[in-house]
Amino acid sequence: MRLRLQVNGSQREAEAREHESLLTVLRERLGLWGSKNACEQGECGSCSVLIDGDLVCACLVLAGAAQGRDVRTVEDLAAGEHLHPVQRAFVDAGAVQCGFCTPGFIVATAALLRDNPEPSDAEIREALSGNICRCTGYGKILEAVHRSAAQGYTS
Amino acid sequence: MTLLAGGTDLMVDLNFGRKRPEHVVAIDRVPELAHLERNGHVRMGAGVTYTRMLAEDVGSAALREAARTVGSPQIRNVGTLGGNVATSSPAGDTLPVLAALDAVVVLRSKQGERRVPFAHFMTGPKKNVRRADELVIGAEWDDAGPAQTFMKAGTRNAMVIAIAGLALVVDRSRKRVGVGLGSCGPTILRASQAEGFAAAIFEAHGWDRHLTPSEAELKEFGRLVATAARPIDDVRGTAAYRRHVLAVMGERALSRVWSMT
Amino acid sequence: MTIAPPKTRLRGVVGESAPRADAPPKVKGEFVYGSDLSREGMLYGATLRSPHPHARIARIDVAAARAMPGVRAVLTSDDLPTREKFGLMRADQPVLATRVVRYVGEPVAIVAADDPEQARLAARAINVEYEPLSAVTDPVAALQSAAPKLHDPKDGNVIEDVRVVHGDPDARADVVVEGEYEVAMQDQAALGPEAGLAVPGPDGSVTLHIATQWLHEDLRQIAPCLGLPEEKVRLVLAGVGGAFGAREDVTLQIHVCLLALATKRAVRMTYGREESFYGHVHRHPARMWYRHGATRDGRLVFVRATIVLDGGAYASSTFAVVANAACFGGGPYRVPNALIHAVGAYTNNPPTGAMRGFGAVQSCFGYEAQMDKLAAALVIDPVELRARNALENGDRIVTDQQVEGSAPVAEVIRRCAALPLPPQRSSNDPLELPGGAGNLTHGEGVKRGVGFAVGLKNVCYSHAFDDFSTARVRVERDQGGVVARVHTAASEVGQGIVLVCEQIARTELGVQRVIVETPDTTIGSAGSSSASRQTWMTGGAVLAACREVKAELVTRARGRRLDDVDVAELLDTPVERVVTHRHRPTEKRNDTTQNDGHVAFLFAAHRAVVDVDVDTGLVKVVQIATAQDVGKAINPLAVIGQLEGGIAQGLGLAVMEEVQLKDGAVRNASFTDYLLPTMLDMPPVVCDLIEFPHPDAPYGAKGVGEPPTISSTPAIVAAIRAATGRALERVPVRPDDIVFGASSHSGWRVAAGDDPRGAERVR
Repeated sequence: MRLRLQVNGSQREAEAREHESLLTVLRERLGLWGSKNACEQGECGSCSVLIDGDLVCACLVLAGAAQGRDVRTVEDLAAGEHLHPVQRAFVDAGAVQCGFCTPGFIVATAALLRDNPEPSDAEIREALSGNICRCTGYGKILEAVHRSAAQGYTS
Repeated sequence: MTLLAGGTDLMVDLNFGRKRPEHVVAIDRVPELAHLERNGHVRMGAGVTYTRMLAEDVGSAALREAARTVGSPQIRNVGTLGGNVATSSPAGDTLPVLAALDAVVVLRSKQGERRVPFAHFMTGPKKNVRRADELVIGAEWDDAGPAQTFMKAGTRNAMVIAIAGLALVVDRSRKRVGVGLGSCGPTILRASQAEGFAAAIFEAHGWDRHLTPSEAELKEFGRLVATAARPIDDVRGTAAYRRHVLAVMGERALSRVWSMT
Repeated sequence: MTIAPPKTRLRGVVGESAPRADAPPKVKGEFVYGSDLSREGMLYGATLRSPHPHARIARIDVAAARAMPGVRAVLTSDDLPTREKFGLMRADQPVLATRVVRYVGEPVAIVAADDPEQARLAARAINVEYEPLSAVTDPVAALQSAAPKLHDPKDGNVIEDVRVVHGDPDARADVVVEGEYEVAMQDQAALGPEAGLAVPGPDGSVTLHIATQWLHEDLRQIAPCLGLPEEKVRLVLAGVGGAFGAREDVTLQIHVCLLALATKRAVRMTYGREESFYGHVHRHPARMWYRHGATRDGRLVFVRATIVLDGGAYASSTFAVVANAACFGGGPYRVPNALIHAVGAYTNNPPTGAMRGFGAVQSCFGYEAQMDKLAAALVIDPVELRARNALENGDRIVTDQQVEGSAPVAEVIRRCAALPLPPQRSSNDPLELPGGAGNLTHGEGVKRGVGFAVGLKNVCYSHAFDDFSTARVRVERDQGGVVARVHTAASEVGQGIVLVCEQIARTELGVQRVIVETPDTTIGSAGSSSASRQTWMTGGAVLAACREVKAELVTRARGRRLDDVDVAELLDTPVERVVTHRHRPTEKRNDTTQNDGHVAFLFAAHRAVVDVDVDTGLVKVVQIATAQDVGKAINPLAVIGQLEGGIAQGLGLAVMEEVQLKDGAVRNASFTDYLLPTMLDMPPVVCDLIEFPHPDAPYGAKGVGEPPTISSTPAIVAAIRAATGRALERVPVRPDDIVFGASSHSGWRVAAGDDPRGAERVR
């Protein structure tokens, strides 16, 4: 089936099979490899994207059901070499190791800070509990979220 | 024809290659399914997400507590009441609440609307009385007041499928007690003996009063909750643990709601 | 002669917490992992796996699969170019099952098709007739004489058998404690799935882009199975989404190359999460019996242990895991007398192999539980008992090897114990209590416990393995000025070896701009990113190469000090050196495992504070404190990241992570049912990095990756014991173990005594 999506601000068209997820279409058809495929069942958050502003796992969105929607992926955040403040904070805080979970965390953190610019530790932990990281033990990720909050994430 | 609401159940089957439905109809953007009315009686559309249950007054504190335990923020943003009801997993987190509330499932087809008490809706694991031509359009229940709670046991602090779940509703104005149990039988179970036991205590002491339950009463209530379970051993937990933890949850739930008026 | 420009202070030298060069592409989603690889017109591979733990293959019919649309190749063992087998330490595994399958999930056939769905459906359409054979899925049962033999019958299912005999094992002690312990199967659960892209060359060669821990070892195993000389197979490291041991073995490497060679097309294979659970090796489950003896004043007299490890259907690295379990089975203590007997057995379970901590994790759970038992029997504080027996420089571990250079065990213990404890619980928010979001307790039933544990492990390869790493360092002048390029084959798996190489080169050469190039097999081997060894080995190789480059620059400076010269001037031609670095030789293991088998040792201590809801058996870990002997922190931030990440994996093993098997099949091959710690499960970590430089290591830096995973698990379990009073002899601790306190042993158990074959059947 032919899909029309608004991805990162541009109209995109792609072919999708009936059973395919938005994640598959973003990665394999549109070349947006930033959203990662780690569990395929919404248990790890590595494929987090925004759909009409809501944080979702792209692996749990049927591609066909995303027709006509506004999709924002991790690729939407940096402006060329200029990192988004959340991305900068993850780099500086040492929150990146293998980095496979990182794009999902970046998108989820940006969504969190949009809704709650100064989250407490507890609020961060709850908001990011759907994103699994196997490398860092989360300590530096928590720090990165605080850092980006302190810098005003929209800067 | 396969219906897709939030997609959190169906997509897993598609991604793992377990299902290849010929047609999928996405109903996640049907505004009529996202209604929510409260007026002593709650009518919740099938399309209401868990996130909305947390953000808005949905006429059930227990439902709100249940919604908080569902998956992750990502899941709660898309998963819906209707999806939970239609999938009918014994581990569906909102289902013990619907059972305890004596909720009614509203189904609609071209032939019209059909209202099925939740107690008669589920017939087995992922099985229910919905016909292929019907759509779950929502659920309804009487606003039961503040004396209600939900809890679930799982070996992780978030994003975990329940080993066992329990909802307790004490509707002081209608003088009824509802106890719904999840993940401990082929369907959501009601602990009717426990309900009767608690109702008798309220009856004896007055439905509208704060009371401090005795240890013995709490223990007996918990025991009766556990006897209602029909648990099995599975990958998430043992039958023995399920019975044990249901008794603990029963005790704790009753001691929590006792003072809520 | 021009005057050298004023030197600006270098940023990102050894000892600084420099940011990672690979972090910006990773945060932008631009970093290319194995599963992100693609080529125009590539095919997709799929694997058909055995549903049986042990069966004879009577017949395979691929006709239907071959006839399906889009299918370009279907290969079974009949189509293989050679009969070569593969394996990390013993080539015992067929590329595709030949006549017999030995575990659920063993690859039987592979398919390439135009799209992944066609490949998957074609694999499913292959008709295999199996004749089930009797299976053995318990490692102790596998050692019994009546058990079916899975490989060479004369080995009796024994993959490896290691005895450590030290001093007089029959020595007598005032106080003796005994226990049986069990460690379940843990999954590495790297988030990046197994993935590779094979591109055939016009000359019959193949280039494999692969996420792996060791390019050259993959090459050594792959080439013969393809029937090609090594020169015809080139490996390039793809981005690695975590490894933790799971990428030390060959998984899809040979399959994807075979498909590319058969179709003359580029082929990508990527495992889904379910397949990943079957596709890679897991941590060895262990059954252990321990007996410790001590004097009345708390000096260890002897340790006896029998350890049986489940090697699964193929050997993988079982040899080294068994050796580690035995060699480090006495713990970081002075133990004058010991008899430790460890055996790894073939079973019809999925193969087990490397995972962070590698043998040392299993025995540490046993001996640290024993140390607490001993402390209780002696009425000595458990931390004090450990300090009293702590190894010092010059002491010998149970393999009779002297610990040299850096053994601050008492210091590690003392400084860990001195770290601040968390405040008393003040909140009744369920999210901060056991059960978390489940709203199970608002404080009811919650008890706090504190536990302590210490562990040790070797760094680098042991027992006479030729351990080396090769580095090429080139300094040249380009439009941007002076640049140093560092090329090695060391796999960056997330741990930060790119930082180590970069910071060492910058420090040694005084050049700000350092580029660490993509690892491949055009340079010599770096060995694997495992055994906590890359800082020591590849860091050492880079250091040595830099010093040779620098010597050449000094020559070119003709008597002037390099600080006074513009280095760019010396680079009319680049300076390049390739150096292979080896650590001092180690000895081959002898019969009693009494010699210098290891190059050096790593030590860490952990203190855990937990809240346990004793009525529901759920646990919330409140804080982990750790002190670790790191030698020297090349990048303190990255070191702390290793400590915290390793602790999270130790926490997982303590309270939630288990690959559950039934008749050899994985019952929970998904992230829904194989639970990993979330941000709500992982507590704050307070840490103290102890820097006693090791004289043989670059800048004194020892490896850091594994110790956090070794003693964190027993510390957490000790804390749960303290809170509950339960014996808890098995990890992960299940709610049942806490609320019922029943014996957690099931199936076969290792009998008390020194014979791993001595066993009894429970229930």
